[in-house]
Amino acid sequence: MSTTHTASPRPLTELARVIRSKNSGPFTLTLDIIFSSEQEYRAIKESGQITRELIATAYRIEPETITNIVFFDPASAVKIVLPRTVASGSPGDRDVYGAQQHAPLLGLSFTLPQATPDSSRGPRR
Amino acid sequence: MTQCTILSPTAILGYGFPEASFAAGMAMNPDLIAVDAGSTDPGPYYLGSGKSFTDRAGVKRDLRIMLTAGVPRGIPVVIGTAGGCGARPHLNWTREIIEEIAAEERLDFTMALIPSDIPHEVVLQKLGAGRVLPLEHDTPLTAETVGESPYIVGQIGVEPIQRALAAGAGVVLAGRAYDPAVFAALPIAQGLDRGLALHLGKILECAAIAATPGSGSDSVIGILFEDRFELVPLSDERAFTRESTAAHSLYEKSDPYHLPGPGGTLDLTGCSFTETAGGRVEVRGTRYVPSDLPTIKIEGARCVGYRTISIAGIRDPIMIAGLDETLSAVRARATMILERERIDGRVDIRVYGRDGVMGEWEPQRGTPAHEVGVVIDVVAETQDAANSICSLTRSTLLHYGYPGRISTAGNLAFPFSPSDLPAGPVFEFSLYHLMELDEAETKSLFPYELVRVTSRKGGPA
Repeated sequence: MSTTHTASPRPLTELARVIRSKNSGPFTLTLDIIFSSEQEYRAIKESGQITRELIATAYRIEPETITNIVFFDPASAVKIVLPRTVASGSPGDRDVYGAQQHAPLLGLSFTLPQATPDSSRGPRR
Repeated sequence: MTQCTILSPTAILGYGFPEASFAAGMAMNPDLIAVDAGSTDPGPYYLGSGKSFTDRAGVKRDLRIMLTAGVPRGIPVVIGTAGGCGARPHLNWTREIIEEIAAEERLDFTMALIPSDIPHEVVLQKLGAGRVLPLEHDTPLTAETVGESPYIVGQIGVEPIQRALAAGAGVVLAGRAYDPAVFAALPIAQGLDRGLALHLGKILECAAIAATPGSGSDSVIGILFEDRFELVPLSDERAFTRESTAAHSLYEKSDPYHLPGPGGTLDLTGCSFTETAGGRVEVRGTRYVPSDLPTIKIEGARCVGYRTISIAGIRDPIMIAGLDETLSAVRARATMILERERIDGRVDIRVYGRDGVMGEWEPQRGTPAHEVGVVIDVVAETQDAANSICSLTRSTLLHYGYPGRISTAGNLAFPFSPSDLPAGPVFEFSLYHLMELDEAETKSLFPYELVRVTSRKGGPA
Protein backbone atom coordinates (compact mmCIF):
# COMPACT_ATOMS: atom_id res chain seq x y z
CA MET A 1 0.00 0.00 0.00
CA SER A 2 3.03 2.25 0.02
CA THR A 3 2.81 5.48 -1.91
CA THR A 4 6.41 6.23 -1.05
CA HIS A 5 7.57 8.24 -3.99
CA THR A 6 4.52 10.30 -4.69
CA ALA A 7 4.45 13.67 -3.02
CA SER A 8 1.26 14.73 -4.74
CA PRO A 9 -1.43 15.96 -2.38
CA ARG A 10 -4.13 13.52 -1.31
CA PRO A 11 -7.71 14.69 -0.82
CA LEU A 12 -8.84 14.84 2.79
CA THR A 13 -11.93 12.83 1.83
CA GLU A 14 -9.55 9.89 1.17
CA LEU A 15 -7.63 10.35 4.41
CA ALA A 16 -10.48 10.93 6.85
CA ARG A 17 -13.35 8.67 7.86
CA VAL A 18 -15.31 11.44 9.56
CA ILE A 19 -15.56 15.10 8.58
CA ARG A 20 -18.35 16.86 10.45
CA SER A 21 -19.56 20.05 12.09
CA LYS A 22 -21.77 20.57 15.13
CA ASN A 23 -22.62 23.16 17.76
CA SER A 24 -20.78 23.06 21.04
CA GLY A 25 -23.31 25.20 22.85
CA PRO A 26 -25.32 27.93 21.11
CA PHE A 27 -22.36 30.22 20.38
CA THR A 28 -19.66 27.83 19.24
CA LEU A 29 -19.18 25.66 16.19
CA THR A 30 -16.77 22.75 16.16
CA LEU A 31 -15.39 20.97 13.12
CA ASP A 32 -14.02 17.45 13.55
CA ILE A 33 -11.74 15.57 11.20
CA ILE A 34 -11.17 11.95 12.25
CA PHE A 35 -8.45 10.28 10.20
CA SER A 36 -8.68 6.66 9.05
CA SER A 37 -5.07 5.85 9.81
CA GLU A 38 -3.20 6.80 12.94
CA GLN A 39 0.04 6.86 10.96
CA GLU A 40 -1.28 9.27 8.35
CA TYR A 41 -2.84 11.40 11.10
CA ARG A 42 0.50 11.69 12.87
CA ALA A 43 2.33 12.43 9.66
CA ILE A 44 -0.05 15.23 8.74
CA LYS A 45 -0.15 16.61 12.28
CA GLU A 46 3.64 16.73 12.50
CA SER A 47 4.04 18.16 9.01
CA GLY A 48 2.28 21.31 10.27
CA GLN A 49 -0.05 21.55 7.29
CA ILE A 50 -3.19 22.04 9.39
CA THR A 51 -3.00 25.71 10.29
CA ARG A 52 -5.32 28.56 11.10
CA GLU A 53 -4.46 30.06 7.71
CA LEU A 54 -5.53 26.91 5.87
CA ILE A 55 -8.88 26.72 7.64
CA ALA A 56 -9.43 30.48 7.43
CA THR A 57 -8.92 30.43 3.66
CA ALA A 58 -11.37 27.54 3.27
CA TYR A 59 -14.02 29.44 5.26
CA ARG A 60 -13.28 32.90 3.83
CA ILE A 61 -12.58 34.24 7.34
CA GLU A 62 -9.62 35.86 9.11
CA PRO A 63 -7.20 33.41 10.81
CA GLU A 64 -7.66 35.22 14.16
CA THR A 65 -11.37 34.35 14.04
CA ILE A 66 -10.55 30.70 14.74
CA THR A 67 -10.78 30.05 18.47
CA ASN A 68 -8.66 26.94 18.56
CA ILE A 69 -7.25 23.98 16.68
CA VAL A 70 -6.80 20.89 18.88
CA PHE A 71 -5.08 17.67 17.87
CA PHE A 72 -6.64 14.72 19.73
CA ASP A 73 -4.27 11.78 19.42
CA PRO A 74 -6.46 9.10 21.08
CA ALA A 75 -8.91 9.40 18.19
CA SER A 76 -6.44 10.44 15.45
CA ALA A 77 -8.53 13.55 15.15
CA VAL A 78 -8.32 17.30 14.73
CA LYS A 79 -10.88 19.66 16.16
CA ILE A 80 -11.33 23.21 14.92
CA VAL A 81 -13.34 25.61 17.07
CA LEU A 82 -15.02 28.70 15.60
CA PRO A 83 -17.43 31.24 17.01
CA ARG A 84 -20.80 31.10 15.25
CA THR A 85 -21.57 34.24 13.27
CA VAL A 86 -25.15 34.15 14.63
CA ALA A 87 -26.14 32.34 17.84
CA SER A 88 -28.07 29.13 17.30
CA GLY A 89 -31.69 29.89 16.47
CA SER A 90 -31.41 33.68 16.67
CA PRO A 91 -32.87 35.70 13.78
CA GLY A 92 -30.60 35.34 10.76
CA ASP A 93 -29.23 31.92 11.72
CA ARG A 94 -28.94 29.40 8.89
CA ASP A 95 -28.10 26.18 10.70
CA VAL A 96 -29.55 25.76 14.20
CA TYR A 97 -27.62 22.55 14.97
CA GLY A 98 -24.54 23.66 13.06
CA ALA A 99 -24.50 20.25 11.41
CA GLN A 100 -23.89 21.34 7.78
CA GLN A 101 -20.93 23.69 8.06
CA HIS A 102 -18.22 21.16 7.22
CA ALA A 103 -18.30 21.29 3.41
CA PRO A 104 -15.30 23.63 2.94
CA LEU A 105 -13.13 20.97 4.62
CA LEU A 106 -14.07 18.43 1.95
CA GLY A 107 -12.01 20.33 -0.60
CA LEU A 108 -8.75 20.24 1.40
CA SER A 109 -5.84 18.02 0.46
CA PHE A 110 -2.58 17.18 2.19
CA THR A 111 0.85 16.06 1.14
CA LEU A 112 2.03 13.04 3.08
CA PRO A 113 5.74 13.05 3.84
CA GLN A 114 7.73 10.11 2.40
CA ALA A 115 6.21 7.11 4.13
CA THR A 116 9.07 5.29 5.79
CA PRO A 117 8.57 4.31 9.44
CA ASP A 118 11.06 6.87 10.75
CA SER A 119 10.35 9.80 8.53
CA SER A 120 6.64 9.54 9.30
CA ARG A 121 7.60 10.54 12.83
CA GLY A 122 8.06 13.94 11.39
CA PRO A 123 10.56 16.39 10.00
CA ARG A 124 10.98 17.99 13.39
CA ARG A 125 14.73 18.06 13.72
CA MET B 1 -15.27 -4.66 45.27
CA THR B 2 -17.79 -1.98 44.42
CA GLN B 3 -19.16 -1.77 40.93
CA CYS B 4 -22.16 -0.14 39.33
CA THR B 5 -23.99 -1.29 36.20
CA ILE B 6 -25.90 1.45 34.40
CA LEU B 7 -28.41 1.04 31.60
CA SER B 8 -28.78 3.93 29.16
CA PRO B 9 -31.79 3.26 26.93
CA THR B 10 -31.52 6.13 24.43
CA ALA B 11 -29.64 9.35 23.71
CA ILE B 12 -32.65 11.59 24.27
CA LEU B 13 -35.83 10.51 25.99
CA GLY B 14 -38.43 10.13 23.25
CA TYR B 15 -36.00 9.08 20.49
CA GLY B 16 -36.94 5.42 21.03
CA PHE B 17 -34.85 2.23 21.31
CA PRO B 18 -35.21 -1.44 20.30
CA GLU B 19 -36.93 -3.33 23.11
CA ALA B 20 -34.61 -6.31 22.50
CA SER B 21 -31.57 -4.13 23.36
CA PHE B 22 -33.28 -2.80 26.46
CA ALA B 23 -34.22 -6.36 27.53
CA ALA B 24 -30.61 -7.48 27.01
CA GLY B 25 -29.57 -4.62 29.27
CA MET B 26 -32.11 -5.59 31.92
CA ALA B 27 -30.73 -9.15 31.81
CA MET B 28 -27.44 -7.72 33.11
CA ASN B 29 -29.20 -6.63 36.33
CA PRO B 30 -28.46 -2.93 36.18
CA ASP B 31 -28.19 -0.88 39.38
CA LEU B 32 -29.55 2.19 37.61
CA ILE B 33 -31.60 3.13 34.56
CA ALA B 34 -30.88 6.70 33.54
CA VAL B 35 -31.63 8.95 30.60
CA ASP B 36 -30.89 12.45 29.48
CA ALA B 37 -34.01 14.12 28.12
CA GLY B 38 -32.64 17.35 26.77
CA SER B 39 -30.26 19.50 24.79
CA THR B 40 -29.76 23.10 23.74
CA ASP B 41 -29.24 21.91 20.16
CA PRO B 42 -32.78 22.50 18.92
CA GLY B 43 -32.32 26.19 19.67
CA PRO B 44 -33.75 28.77 22.07
CA TYR B 45 -37.45 28.44 21.18
CA TYR B 46 -38.15 25.51 23.48
CA LEU B 47 -36.63 27.01 26.61
CA GLY B 48 -38.18 30.39 25.96
CA SER B 49 -41.65 29.04 25.20
CA GLY B 50 -41.67 26.33 27.87
CA LYS B 51 -42.41 23.66 25.26
CA SER B 52 -40.77 20.30 24.65
CA PHE B 53 -38.94 19.58 21.42
CA THR B 54 -39.58 15.88 21.85
CA ASP B 55 -42.87 14.24 20.95
CA ARG B 56 -45.20 13.43 23.83
CA ALA B 57 -46.14 10.00 22.49
CA GLY B 58 -42.45 9.12 22.00
CA VAL B 59 -41.53 10.24 25.51
CA LYS B 60 -44.42 8.27 26.97
CA ARG B 61 -43.45 5.11 25.07
CA ASP B 62 -39.82 5.31 26.26
CA LEU B 63 -40.78 6.13 29.85
CA ARG B 64 -43.33 3.31 29.99
CA ILE B 65 -40.66 0.75 29.11
CA MET B 66 -38.19 2.22 31.61
CA LEU B 67 -40.66 2.57 34.50
CA THR B 68 -42.30 -0.84 34.12
CA ALA B 69 -38.83 -2.43 34.08
CA GLY B 70 -37.26 -0.39 36.87
CA VAL B 71 -39.97 0.33 39.43
CA PRO B 72 -41.14 -3.25 40.23
CA ARG B 73 -37.50 -4.39 40.58
CA GLY B 74 -36.51 -1.48 42.80
CA ILE B 75 -34.00 -0.16 40.25
CA PRO B 76 -33.85 3.65 40.41
CA VAL B 77 -34.91 5.46 37.24
CA VAL B 78 -33.25 8.86 36.89
CA ILE B 79 -34.30 11.37 34.22
CA GLY B 80 -32.40 14.60 33.60
CA THR B 81 -33.33 17.81 31.74
CA ALA B 82 -37.00 16.93 31.79
CA GLY B 83 -39.00 17.97 28.75
CA GLY B 84 -35.93 18.92 26.75
CA CYS B 85 -34.97 22.14 28.56
CA GLY B 86 -35.67 21.41 32.21
CA ALA B 87 -37.66 24.53 33.19
CA ARG B 88 -40.76 24.23 35.37
CA PRO B 89 -43.26 23.72 32.49
CA HIS B 90 -41.00 21.00 31.04
CA LEU B 91 -40.77 19.30 34.43
CA ASN B 92 -44.54 19.41 34.86
CA TRP B 93 -45.09 18.10 31.32
CA THR B 94 -42.91 15.07 32.03
CA ARG B 95 -44.38 14.56 35.50
CA GLU B 96 -47.86 14.36 34.00
CA ILE B 97 -46.70 11.70 31.54
CA ILE B 98 -45.14 9.68 34.38
CA GLU B 99 -48.31 9.90 36.43
CA GLU B 100 -50.39 8.73 33.46
CA ILE B 101 -48.11 5.73 33.01
CA ALA B 102 -48.27 4.90 36.73
CA ALA B 103 -52.07 4.92 36.57
CA GLU B 104 -52.18 2.82 33.42
CA GLU B 105 -49.55 0.31 34.55
CA ARG B 106 -50.58 0.20 38.23
CA LEU B 107 -47.23 1.36 39.53
CA ASP B 108 -46.68 2.90 42.96
CA PHE B 109 -43.48 4.71 43.83
CA THR B 110 -41.91 7.75 45.42
CA MET B 111 -40.73 10.30 42.90
CA ALA B 112 -38.36 13.16 43.56
CA LEU B 113 -38.80 16.29 41.48
CA ILE B 114 -35.76 18.54 41.29
CA PRO B 115 -36.73 21.88 39.78
CA SER B 116 -33.72 23.69 38.38
CA ASP B 117 -35.29 27.11 37.85
CA ILE B 118 -33.22 29.94 39.29
CA PRO B 119 -35.38 32.75 40.67
CA HIS B 120 -34.92 35.96 38.69
CA GLU B 121 -34.08 37.89 41.87
CA VAL B 122 -31.16 35.51 42.55
CA VAL B 123 -29.75 36.13 39.06
CA LEU B 124 -30.24 39.90 39.43
CA GLN B 125 -28.54 39.95 42.80
CA LYS B 126 -25.58 37.94 41.43
CA LEU B 127 -25.48 40.20 38.38
CA GLY B 128 -25.31 43.25 40.64
CA ALA B 129 -22.42 41.65 42.51
CA GLY B 130 -20.54 41.00 39.25
CA ARG B 131 -20.82 37.24 39.69
CA VAL B 132 -22.46 36.33 36.37
CA LEU B 133 -19.96 35.81 33.56
CA PRO B 134 -20.71 35.28 29.83
CA LEU B 135 -19.82 31.84 28.52
CA GLU B 136 -18.35 31.54 25.00
CA HIS B 137 -19.78 34.90 23.96
CA ASP B 138 -19.19 38.48 25.05
CA THR B 139 -22.64 40.01 25.31
CA PRO B 140 -22.90 41.53 28.78
CA LEU B 141 -26.01 40.56 30.68
CA THR B 142 -28.39 43.32 31.72
CA ALA B 143 -31.19 43.37 34.28
CA GLU B 144 -33.57 44.06 31.41
CA THR B 145 -32.52 40.86 29.60
CA VAL B 146 -32.99 38.85 32.80
CA GLY B 147 -36.50 40.29 33.12
CA GLU B 148 -37.33 39.40 29.51
CA SER B 149 -36.34 35.75 29.93
CA PRO B 150 -39.36 33.85 31.24
CA TYR B 151 -37.45 30.75 32.37
CA ILE B 152 -33.93 30.72 33.76
CA VAL B 153 -32.50 27.31 34.54
CA GLY B 154 -29.27 26.25 36.21
CA GLN B 155 -27.44 23.07 35.26
CA ILE B 156 -27.49 20.84 38.32
CA GLY B 157 -24.63 18.50 39.11
CA VAL B 158 -24.69 15.14 40.87
CA GLU B 159 -25.34 16.34 44.44
CA PRO B 160 -29.05 17.29 44.18
CA ILE B 161 -29.73 13.90 42.55
CA GLN B 162 -27.76 12.10 45.27
CA ARG B 163 -29.82 13.82 47.96
CA ALA B 164 -33.05 12.75 46.23
CA LEU B 165 -31.87 9.13 45.90
CA ALA B 166 -30.78 9.09 49.55
CA ALA B 167 -34.27 10.26 50.53
CA GLY B 168 -35.65 7.06 49.03
CA ALA B 169 -36.89 8.22 45.62
CA GLY B 170 -37.46 5.34 43.22
CA VAL B 171 -37.77 7.76 40.32
CA VAL B 172 -35.90 11.05 40.08
CA LEU B 173 -37.13 13.66 37.63
CA ALA B 174 -34.67 16.53 37.38
CA GLY B 175 -34.89 19.86 35.64
CA ARG B 176 -31.88 21.10 33.65
CA ALA B 177 -29.02 18.77 34.53
CA TYR B 178 -25.42 18.43 33.42
CA ASP B 179 -25.87 15.55 30.98
CA PRO B 180 -23.61 13.02 32.79
CA ALA B 181 -25.08 13.79 36.24
CA VAL B 182 -28.04 11.40 35.98
CA PHE B 183 -25.64 8.53 35.32
CA ALA B 184 -22.87 9.52 37.72
CA ALA B 185 -24.85 10.58 40.82
CA LEU B 186 -25.54 7.06 42.15
CA PRO B 187 -22.10 5.49 41.60
CA ILE B 188 -20.33 8.54 43.08
CA ALA B 189 -22.61 8.26 46.14
CA GLN B 190 -21.55 4.61 46.36
CA GLY B 191 -17.95 5.75 46.64
CA LEU B 192 -16.79 5.16 43.07
CA ASP B 193 -14.41 7.58 41.37
CA ARG B 194 -15.94 10.89 40.32
CA GLY B 195 -13.79 11.35 37.22
CA LEU B 196 -14.49 7.90 35.83
CA ALA B 197 -18.19 8.13 36.76
CA LEU B 198 -18.62 11.46 34.96
CA HIS B 199 -16.65 10.34 31.93
CA LEU B 200 -18.83 7.22 31.75
CA GLY B 201 -21.87 9.50 32.07
CA LYS B 202 -20.57 11.65 29.19
CA ILE B 203 -20.60 8.59 26.98
CA LEU B 204 -23.83 7.02 28.28
CA GLU B 205 -25.80 10.24 27.82
CA CYS B 206 -25.47 9.67 24.09
CA ALA B 207 -26.41 5.96 24.41
CA ALA B 208 -25.03 4.09 21.39
CA ILE B 209 -23.73 7.18 19.53
CA ALA B 210 -20.22 6.30 20.81
CA ALA B 211 -20.45 2.75 19.35
CA THR B 212 -19.90 1.87 15.73
CA PRO B 213 -22.11 2.12 13.77
CA GLY B 214 -23.34 4.85 16.07
CA SER B 215 -26.98 5.25 17.03
CA GLY B 216 -28.81 7.74 19.20
CA SER B 217 -31.71 5.33 19.53
CA ASP B 218 -30.20 2.11 20.85
CA SER B 219 -29.46 1.08 24.42
CA VAL B 220 -26.05 0.42 25.97
CA ILE B 221 -24.67 -0.60 29.35
CA GLY B 222 -21.80 0.98 31.25
CA ILE B 223 -20.13 -0.84 34.12
CA LEU B 224 -18.14 1.30 36.50
CA PHE B 225 -15.41 -0.36 38.55
CA GLU B 226 -13.06 1.21 41.07
CA ASP B 227 -10.27 1.78 38.56
CA ARG B 228 -11.98 1.72 35.15
CA PHE B 229 -15.24 1.55 33.28
CA GLU B 230 -16.45 -0.74 30.57
CA LEU B 231 -18.90 -0.02 27.75
CA VAL B 232 -21.13 -2.86 26.61
CA PRO B 233 -23.16 -2.84 23.38
CA LEU B 234 -26.60 -4.44 23.59
CA SER B 235 -27.23 -5.15 19.93
CA ASP B 236 -25.29 -7.45 17.57
CA GLU B 237 -25.40 -4.66 15.02
CA ARG B 238 -22.81 -2.54 16.80
CA ALA B 239 -19.67 -2.61 18.91
CA PHE B 240 -17.59 -0.16 20.90
CA THR B 241 -14.10 0.26 19.48
CA ARG B 242 -11.10 2.14 20.75
CA GLU B 243 -11.58 4.71 18.00
CA SER B 244 -15.34 5.09 18.35
CA THR B 245 -15.08 5.64 22.09
CA ALA B 246 -12.12 8.00 21.94
CA ALA B 247 -13.69 9.91 19.07
CA HIS B 248 -16.85 10.44 21.10
CA SER B 249 -14.87 12.73 23.42
CA LEU B 250 -14.79 15.15 20.48
CA TYR B 251 -18.51 15.21 19.91
CA GLU B 252 -20.08 18.61 20.59
CA LYS B 253 -17.07 19.62 22.68
CA SER B 254 -14.68 22.54 22.24
CA ASP B 255 -11.71 20.77 23.84
CA PRO B 256 -11.67 16.97 23.88
CA TYR B 257 -9.04 16.80 26.65
CA HIS B 258 -10.76 19.06 29.18
CA LEU B 259 -14.51 18.81 29.70
CA PRO B 260 -15.85 21.43 32.11
CA GLY B 261 -18.91 20.77 34.26
CA PRO B 262 -20.47 21.84 37.54
CA GLY B 263 -17.80 21.92 40.24
CA GLY B 264 -14.85 20.91 38.12
CA THR B 265 -13.32 19.68 34.90
CA LEU B 266 -12.74 16.21 33.51
CA ASP B 267 -9.16 15.76 32.37
CA LEU B 268 -8.80 13.14 29.64
CA THR B 269 -5.11 13.69 28.96
CA GLY B 270 -4.17 10.45 30.76
CA CYS B 271 -7.00 8.33 29.38
CA SER B 272 -6.52 4.94 27.80
CA PHE B 273 -9.08 3.11 25.69
CA THR B 274 -8.69 -0.67 25.31
CA GLU B 275 -10.85 -3.03 23.28
CA THR B 276 -11.95 -6.20 25.05
CA ALA B 277 -14.01 -9.20 23.90
CA GLY B 278 -17.64 -8.86 22.86
CA GLY B 279 -17.39 -5.42 21.28
CA ARG B 280 -16.57 -3.83 24.63
CA VAL B 281 -14.15 -1.05 25.43
CA GLU B 282 -12.43 -0.40 28.74
CA VAL B 283 -11.49 3.14 29.77
CA ARG B 284 -9.00 4.14 32.47
CA GLY B 285 -7.18 7.22 33.63
CA THR B 286 -9.83 9.98 33.56
CA ARG B 287 -9.14 12.58 36.26
CA TYR B 288 -11.55 15.00 37.90
CA VAL B 289 -10.06 18.38 38.74
CA PRO B 290 -12.28 20.40 41.11
CA SER B 291 -12.58 24.09 40.32
CA ASP B 292 -11.49 26.73 42.84
CA LEU B 293 -14.82 28.45 42.84
CA PRO B 294 -18.22 26.76 42.68
CA THR B 295 -20.17 27.91 39.63
CA ILE B 296 -23.26 26.81 37.75
CA LYS B 297 -24.12 27.29 34.14
CA ILE B 298 -27.37 29.19 33.69
CA GLU B 299 -29.49 29.31 30.55
CA GLY B 300 -32.39 31.44 29.46
CA ALA B 301 -34.10 32.63 26.30
CA ARG B 302 -36.18 35.67 25.49
CA CYS B 303 -38.69 36.52 22.79
CA VAL B 304 -37.29 38.87 20.14
CA GLY B 305 -40.28 39.03 17.83
CA TYR B 306 -42.63 37.05 15.62
CA ARG B 307 -41.83 35.24 12.40
CA THR B 308 -43.60 34.78 9.09
CA ILE B 309 -41.97 32.85 6.24
CA SER B 310 -42.70 32.23 2.61
CA ILE B 311 -41.10 29.40 0.61
CA ALA B 312 -40.77 29.45 -3.17
CA GLY B 313 -38.72 28.03 -6.00
CA ILE B 314 -37.15 29.80 -8.98
CA ARG B 315 -36.45 27.91 -12.23
CA ASP B 316 -35.86 30.76 -14.68
CA PRO B 317 -32.13 30.94 -15.56
CA ILE B 318 -32.30 34.63 -16.47
CA MET B 319 -33.77 35.46 -13.07
CA ILE B 320 -31.24 33.22 -11.28
CA ALA B 321 -28.33 34.89 -13.11
CA GLY B 322 -29.29 38.31 -11.77
CA LEU B 323 -30.79 37.21 -8.46
CA ASP B 324 -28.69 39.36 -6.12
CA GLU B 325 -29.62 42.57 -7.91
CA THR B 326 -33.27 41.53 -8.01
CA LEU B 327 -33.36 40.73 -4.30
CA SER B 328 -31.73 44.05 -3.35
CA ALA B 329 -34.18 45.95 -5.53
CA VAL B 330 -37.14 44.07 -4.04
CA ARG B 331 -35.93 44.75 -0.52
CA ALA B 332 -35.48 48.44 -1.28
CA ARG B 333 -38.95 48.74 -2.76
CA ALA B 334 -40.58 46.88 0.13
CA THR B 335 -38.65 48.90 2.72
CA MET B 336 -39.78 52.16 1.13
CA ILE B 337 -43.44 51.22 1.42
CA LEU B 338 -43.07 49.80 4.93
CA GLU B 339 -41.26 52.90 6.18
CA ARG B 340 -44.11 55.02 4.96
CA GLU B 341 -46.48 52.86 6.99
CA ARG B 342 -44.07 52.70 9.94
CA ILE B 343 -43.84 48.94 9.96
CA ASP B 344 -40.42 47.78 11.04
CA GLY B 345 -38.88 44.34 10.86
CA ARG B 346 -35.98 42.20 9.77
CA VAL B 347 -36.04 40.46 6.40
CA ASP B 348 -33.61 37.67 5.52
CA ILE B 349 -33.94 36.11 2.10
CA ARG B 350 -32.11 32.80 1.97
CA VAL B 351 -31.30 31.31 -1.40
CA TYR B 352 -30.98 27.53 -1.26
CA GLY B 353 -29.01 25.96 -4.05
CA ARG B 354 -26.53 28.81 -3.76
CA ASP B 355 -25.49 29.82 -0.23
CA GLY B 356 -28.61 29.11 1.82
CA VAL B 357 -26.72 26.88 4.26
CA MET B 358 -23.42 28.70 4.73
CA GLY B 359 -24.04 32.33 3.77
CA GLU B 360 -20.82 34.33 3.72
CA TRP B 361 -18.78 31.21 4.60
CA GLU B 362 -19.81 29.48 1.36
CA PRO B 363 -16.61 28.98 -0.64
CA GLN B 364 -18.29 27.85 -3.85
CA ARG B 365 -19.16 31.04 -5.66
CA GLY B 366 -20.12 31.80 -9.23
CA THR B 367 -21.61 28.46 -10.25
CA PRO B 368 -25.30 29.19 -10.75
CA ALA B 369 -27.72 26.35 -10.11
CA HIS B 370 -30.44 25.55 -12.63
CA GLU B 371 -33.02 25.99 -9.87
CA VAL B 372 -32.93 27.63 -6.43
CA GLY B 373 -35.18 27.68 -3.40
CA VAL B 374 -35.98 30.97 -1.71
CA VAL B 375 -37.08 31.39 1.88
CA ILE B 376 -38.33 34.83 2.82
CA ASP B 377 -37.84 35.02 6.58
CA VAL B 378 -39.37 37.97 8.39
CA VAL B 379 -39.08 38.74 12.09
CA ALA B 380 -41.02 41.74 13.43
CA GLU B 381 -42.35 43.04 16.70
CA THR B 382 -45.83 41.60 16.21
CA GLN B 383 -47.21 38.73 14.18
CA ASP B 384 -49.31 41.18 12.16
CA ALA B 385 -46.25 43.24 11.26
CA ALA B 386 -44.33 40.09 10.26
CA ASN B 387 -47.28 38.98 8.12
CA SER B 388 -47.47 42.39 6.39
CA ILE B 389 -43.76 42.57 5.64
CA CYS B 390 -43.65 38.98 4.37
CA SER B 391 -46.70 39.54 2.19
CA LEU B 392 -45.29 42.70 0.64
CA THR B 393 -41.84 41.21 0.07
CA ARG B 394 -43.33 38.08 -1.47
CA SER B 395 -45.71 39.91 -3.79
CA THR B 396 -43.01 42.38 -4.86
CA LEU B 397 -40.61 39.54 -5.66
CA LEU B 398 -43.33 37.60 -7.47
CA HIS B 399 -43.98 40.37 -9.98
CA TYR B 400 -40.68 42.25 -10.06
CA GLY B 401 -39.59 43.21 -13.58
CA TYR B 402 -35.89 42.37 -13.46
CA PRO B 403 -33.67 43.26 -16.45
CA GLY B 404 -33.97 40.82 -19.35
CA ARG B 405 -37.17 39.25 -18.03
CA ILE B 406 -39.11 37.27 -20.64
CA SER B 407 -41.22 35.25 -18.19
CA THR B 408 -43.69 38.01 -17.44
CA ALA B 409 -46.41 36.10 -15.59
CA GLY B 410 -44.68 35.50 -12.25
CA ASN B 411 -41.22 34.90 -10.79
CA LEU B 412 -41.90 32.35 -8.07
CA ALA B 413 -43.17 28.76 -7.84
CA PHE B 414 -45.03 28.42 -4.55
CA PRO B 415 -45.41 24.85 -3.30
CA PHE B 416 -48.15 25.80 -0.86
CA SER B 417 -51.31 27.80 -0.53
CA PRO B 418 -51.29 29.82 1.64
CA SER B 419 -47.85 30.93 0.51
CA ASP B 420 -47.07 32.74 3.77
CA LEU B 421 -46.73 30.80 7.00
CA PRO B 422 -46.88 32.60 10.34
CA ALA B 423 -44.39 30.77 12.58
CA GLY B 424 -45.13 32.45 15.90
CA PRO B 425 -42.72 33.83 18.50
CA VAL B 426 -38.96 33.83 17.88
CA PHE B 427 -36.51 33.48 20.75
CA GLU B 428 -32.81 33.99 21.25
CA PHE B 429 -30.53 32.60 23.93
CA SER B 430 -30.37 35.53 26.32
CA LEU B 431 -28.57 33.78 29.16
CA TYR B 432 -25.70 31.41 28.68
CA HIS B 433 -23.52 32.33 31.60
CA LEU B 434 -21.59 31.02 34.55
CA MET B 435 -22.95 32.11 37.91
CA GLU B 436 -20.63 32.03 40.90
CA LEU B 437 -22.00 30.42 44.04
CA ASP B 438 -21.20 30.61 47.72
CA GLU B 439 -20.35 27.35 49.40
CA ALA B 440 -23.70 27.36 51.27
CA GLU B 441 -25.63 27.85 48.02
CA THR B 442 -24.20 24.65 46.57
CA LYS B 443 -26.18 22.82 49.24
CA SER B 444 -29.32 24.98 49.36
CA LEU B 445 -29.95 25.37 45.62
CA PHE B 446 -32.06 22.76 43.85
CA PRO B 447 -33.89 21.06 46.74
CA TYR B 448 -36.00 18.07 45.78
CA GLU B 449 -39.73 17.67 46.30
CA LEU B 450 -40.90 14.13 47.10
CA VAL B 451 -44.23 13.07 45.62
CA ARG B 452 -46.03 9.80 46.04
CA VAL B 453 -47.10 8.48 42.64
CA THR B 454 -49.88 5.95 42.93
CA SER B 455 -51.75 3.80 40.47
CA ARG B 456 -54.96 5.40 41.64
CA LYS B 457 -55.72 8.73 40.01
CA GLY B 458 -56.08 11.66 42.36
CA GLY B 459 -53.79 10.21 45.04
CA PRO B 460 -52.04 12.52 47.48
CA ALA B 461 -49.42 14.68 45.84
